[in-house]
Amino acid sequence: MSRFAPVLTIVVAIFAFWYAAVPFMNVKETLTSLERAGAVVTPSNAVERRDASHIALVMKNSFAISATYAQDRPRLPAPHQVAQDLWKTVVMKKVTSKRSLVYHGWITLSATLLGFAIGTGAGILLAVGIVHSRAMDMSVMPWAIASQTIPILAIAPMIIVVLNSIGVQGLIPKAIISAYLSFFPVVVGMVKGLRAPDAMQMDLLRTYSASQGQGFWKLRLPASMPYLFASLKIGVAAALVGAIVAELPAGGARGLGGRMLTGSYYGQMVQIWSALVFAAVLAAALVLLIGLVQRRTLKRMGLA
Amino acid sequence: MAPTATKTVISAEALDLTFQTPDAPVHALKDVSLNIQQGDFVSFIGPSGCGKTTFLRCIAGLETPTGGKLTVNGMTADEARRARAYGYVFQAAGLYPWRTISGNIKLPLEIMGYSKSDQNERVARVLDLVELSDFGAKFPWQLSGGMQQRASIARALAFDADILLMDEPFGALDEIVRDHLNEQLLALWARTNKTIGFVTHSIPEAVYLSTKIVVMSPRPGRITDVIESPLPKERPLDIRDSPEFIDIAHRVREGLRAGHSND
Repeated sequence: MSRFAPVLTIVVAIFAFWYAAVPFMNVKETLTSLERAGAVVTPSNAVERRDASHIALVMKNSFAISATYAQDRPRLPAPHQVAQDLWKTVVMKKVTSKRSLVYHGWITLSATLLGFAIGTGAGILLAVGIVHSRAMDMSVMPWAIASQTIPILAIAPMIIVVLNSIGVQGLIPKAIISAYLSFFPVVVGMVKGLRAPDAMQMDLLRTYSASQGQGFWKLRLPASMPYLFASLKIGVAAALVGAIVAELPAGGARGLGGRMLTGSYYGQMVQIWSALVFAAVLAAALVLLIGLVQRRTLKRMGLA
Repeated sequence: MAPTATKTVISAEALDLTFQTPDAPVHALKDVSLNIQQGDFVSFIGPSGCGKTTFLRCIAGLETPTGGKLTVNGMTADEARRARAYGYVFQAAGLYPWRTISGNIKLPLEIMGYSKSDQNERVARVLDLVELSDFGAKFPWQLSGGMQQRASIARALAFDADILLMDEPFGALDEIVRDHLNEQLLALWARTNKTIGFVTHSIPEAVYLSTKIVVMSPRPGRITDVIESPLPKERPLDIRDSPEFIDIAHRVREGLRAGHSND
């Protein structure tokens, strides 16, 4: 209980703020539709309402507050509306349906996992190179850092277009953008991890006249494990973000990114929120999964 | 002095070592000459910065002297290191936390390519030697500091090297544990007939353990006195109350003071 109480407090606070914000965010559209249905709203002039503040409108039309929670296309959907939409699109639809979030979630997840695997592999290889070669240390690290300063939104369409022009589409371009985001934390973490053994540990291996390979497998790699797992948690979340961002310019309205995009085309805020919540839960599940593997691995290594 | 002391194992002649640092060169060792015979237990004692650890690291081939001549088993120090001529015990146990005690002792054996059965045999033997037989399957964090340091000594004894170099191995331990480990170390030395180089800054420890005490002083690091101990090889702990012991300890203290008066 003591573990959940703080989390629960935050969740309650977020929901309270969310519910409190809904009337103000939706009041204008709500008043317009109520007026059309014959209700008397103040002010009755549409232009005056447009220029009035949200707060004043809510104060003057308190009768409309309950209606702000039940709009068809709310600007800010209430949590229960998002929950209803999630229920509809996650549980009630067949997973093969194009309206099912599970269907779209899987499309995004497959790109995420492939990208994460590529990113992790590349990250570890780069880190090994950086730790063992001074030239790589000097040359690769600045580029790795520079790569992360470019907004992914700018580079994602370019990757999609370039790969499309040579006939690569679908999963691979998304996975590459995913990998582009996830390799970086792995490089940084692994470089630190592989350098974690102190001078004494390295001297000890020298007294055994150990080879560089033996030093890597017996000392550097095991010593880097706690760092690797910390990086993997960041990396997998970044990979998911990468996959979603890649789906925006990819077109085809497939995947969670596609859902968000079509939601914004058609003013379906509920759909965007549903996809958002689904993506957040997916990310949490992936991080949790890595946490479990981490616990088991480090326990078996005697490190936790 | 001792009847077994016949073959010279480590020989240093006019050894010099200057570290180049950004502000000024540091003269870590100056004109250090010393012979260590097979089976000797040699202690290096002196204040911080006197070069005792540096000298030990030179013998181990971990530092390269900038002048003079140094041979270990008739080879250069670096050749001796590559021939795995010595076991080295650091101030901290430095056990791998992800390996059990047995696993840690196997580390040098794996690196040196001993067979699996040979590894197990040797691990059992050295664990027995340091009285840790029941702890092979434990992880380092499950052991006290003194036990960890014994495990690290076992690790240095596991392979065939007749030189044991120890850099303040008991420096981080309390006095009671230290006494106990000193006694054990002497017993171990008697049984294995290794040549031991031992860095310390405890006078009683140096006098109690050694056949030869090398007193060093700083700036530049050099040897001010070499004392051949007249104490017998069999040394119960209460030998420290004998007049001979007190005499040697006095001479060591004098040597240390003489080195300091140069400041």
